[in-house]
Amino acid sequence: MNQPSQEDRAVRRIAVAFGLSTLAGLALAVVYILGGNVQAEGILLAISLGGLGWGLAEWAGKLMSKGPEVGDYEDPPPPGDEEEVAEVVAEGWDESFGRRKFLLRMMGAAAGAMGLALVFPIRSLGPSPGTSLLRTAWRTGSRMVREDGQLVRAADLAVEGVLTVFPEGETDQADSQTVLIRVDPALLASDEGTAEGLIAYSKICTHAGCPVGLYRVATHDLFCPCHQSTFDVLDGAKPIAGPATRALPQLPIEVDDEGYVVATDDFAEPVGPSFWNMDR
Amino acid sequence: MIVQKTVRFLDERLRISGFSKKTLRRIFPDHWSFLLGEIALYLFLILIGTGIFLTFFYSPSAREVIYSGSYEPLRGTHMSQAYESMLNISFEVRSGLVMRQIHHWAALLFLAVLVVHMLRVFFTGAFRKPRELNWIIGLTLLTLGLLAGFSGYSLPDDLLSGTGLRIGYSVALSIPVVGTWLAFLVFGGEFPFGNILSRLYVIHILIIPGAIGLLLALHLAMVWRQKHTQFPGPMRTEQKIVGTRMWPTYAVKAGALFFLTGATVTLLAGLFQINPVWIYGPFDPAKVSAGAQPDWYLGWLEGALRLMPPWEVRAFGFTIPNPFFPGLLIPGLTFNILYAWPWIEAKFTKDKQPHNLLNRPRDVPVRTALGVAGLAFYTVLFVAGGNDVIAGLFNLPLERVTQGLQVMALALPVVAGIATYKICKELKGRTPKTGHEHGHVIVRTAEGVYETVEPEKV
Repeated sequence: MNQPSQEDRAVRRIAVAFGLSTLAGLALAVVYILGGNVQAEGILLAISLGGLGWGLAEWAGKLMSKGPEVGDYEDPPPPGDEEEVAEVVAEGWDESFGRRKFLLRMMGAAAGAMGLALVFPIRSLGPSPGTSLLRTAWRTGSRMVREDGQLVRAADLAVEGVLTVFPEGETDQADSQTVLIRVDPALLASDEGTAEGLIAYSKICTHAGCPVGLYRVATHDLFCPCHQSTFDVLDGAKPIAGPATRALPQLPIEVDDEGYVVATDDFAEPVGPSFWNMDR
Repeated sequence: MIVQKTVRFLDERLRISGFSKKTLRRIFPDHWSFLLGEIALYLFLILIGTGIFLTFFYSPSAREVIYSGSYEPLRGTHMSQAYESMLNISFEVRSGLVMRQIHHWAALLFLAVLVVHMLRVFFTGAFRKPRELNWIIGLTLLTLGLLAGFSGYSLPDDLLSGTGLRIGYSVALSIPVVGTWLAFLVFGGEFPFGNILSRLYVIHILIIPGAIGLLLALHLAMVWRQKHTQFPGPMRTEQKIVGTRMWPTYAVKAGALFFLTGATVTLLAGLFQINPVWIYGPFDPAKVSAGAQPDWYLGWLEGALRLMPPWEVRAFGFTIPNPFFPGLLIPGLTFNILYAWPWIEAKFTKDKQPHNLLNRPRDVPVRTALGVAGLAFYTVLFVAGGNDVIAGLFNLPLERVTQGLQVMALALPVVAGIATYKICKELKGRTPKTGHEHGHVIVRTAEGVYETVEPEKV
């Protein structure tokens, strides 16, 4: 018996590759009919595609002429070409437009006016910012509710308790989301706008607008998991770490006669990330 | 016979035979790194194919529904129709999940291959005259790829994607002078925007793929016209290109590469779960998940946002917010420098000649060192995008990790750049073995006959 030649071996390998691919293709159809399974589909697709790929790669690599062969790059353009083109352009221009300065200007005006008019529809893409970034839904006397609409009583929160609250009837107003925290009143740097140790801050990070989701009791700070800005709850929510530069705006609150927590006003500053004309 | 007839038919109408002959005999240089762009092309095709399948089942609607599908843990949950359709693709549509995972894996690899392709072109000087225009198109394709990725993973309307959109909006809002208006026009109002999904959807499935398709065609047409670059070697000159012929060897190889690319992506998609949106839950503007990372290709921007010290500019009653610097200034500078690079370099080298032969990176120490320095900078930013993960993994205080990375972002590029420069200087001049020294060569003589000759005689 002769040793199989390199060519024979390559042919055999390619045949095996294509054979495997065929089987995997058929099996893939069966898997689909049986209801599908993501792992089986992935593996069978990979075998089906991989078998074809492997077979073709062997075919090209072992059974086809590999060269190397030589070809030509394009020659650089002959000098003077650009002059000819420029001449043709200049000729046409002088002949037709050069003498008609007045008409050219009129045409320019028409095109400019049309271009201007076509810019306007862009305005339809969004509402005017107006004061929407400066105000939230909180008003004097707004009672606090949880996300599910349930009213918040001062007694609901123990010391170190924390709640996400909205103005009553406005739980879909994302810019009004607020964290209500109860701390030991003696620890607070200032009790302005607080009631019985209850203190409320905008829940929207002043850096990039993520909800400042995490209240860390041990250090009394609010932590934003997006970019790790940290705000001191006891001292006006001033930023103490991370990229935020502004304190979380504080919502002034009081407890009404029935024990509900209410806002005495909107936030004094814009909530959420800074923008160009926020101080105007 | 059939070929002859078809060519005859087309030739009589469109004159194709000359072009076809040239095309079939084209020479493609053999080097693995020239396959990167090709792989990107194949991944794009896979993205289009799986993407079309997904559009039949996805619904870009924010309308609230109550989930009643087969995924038990979320039954009875209020969610957007968009998120519900994502759950349906994953659990109800047969083959839906594998299509989704192929699409996502292909996107991750697409961006990776684009970046490596760009690095190859940069470090070998393939962007030099006469290929500056194609460098610009390539960079634009990369930009579009990033936008395609961001718009795509924002569509599921899960908790993670909503967080990404919110950060994107805050960065847009931070642009000086026009930020407020621009953010309102692009996103359609104040967060959490009413119809952003339908807008993103059109951008993701029409505008961006259309633009990519168009520029890709132009990119390939330019390669066609100018031919590939090649590494220096025996017989390879600025005028002569050496490699494999288009028909049949190169065409078969290209087909093989397509199938192998597909095999890799489908294997990943079958075995490795990607973006399991059912675990994240539907979007809720008052919630956020800890350890939230974007897809890898936006990690550098996320890291830049995290490393930026708490500075912002406030003067004359106006504010330039903090996110503007890491979120827009850094990527803006990055891409502008990259766009201008062929001209910047030509200005310094005073090199106005066209080049078909590539540089070995070691032979151009300054460019290589600057490239490695840049790469080091973006790598640190990328790592910083996961600073919380690192802190958790090694049980380090988060603030120390951030400070360490801030120092590294400034120091590592300098160290890496200087080290690269020294290594290049050391290696410069050493010639590697190409393996082609003793090969035979087929050349076409003036009479149009093909002959096999020794390389030295060419």
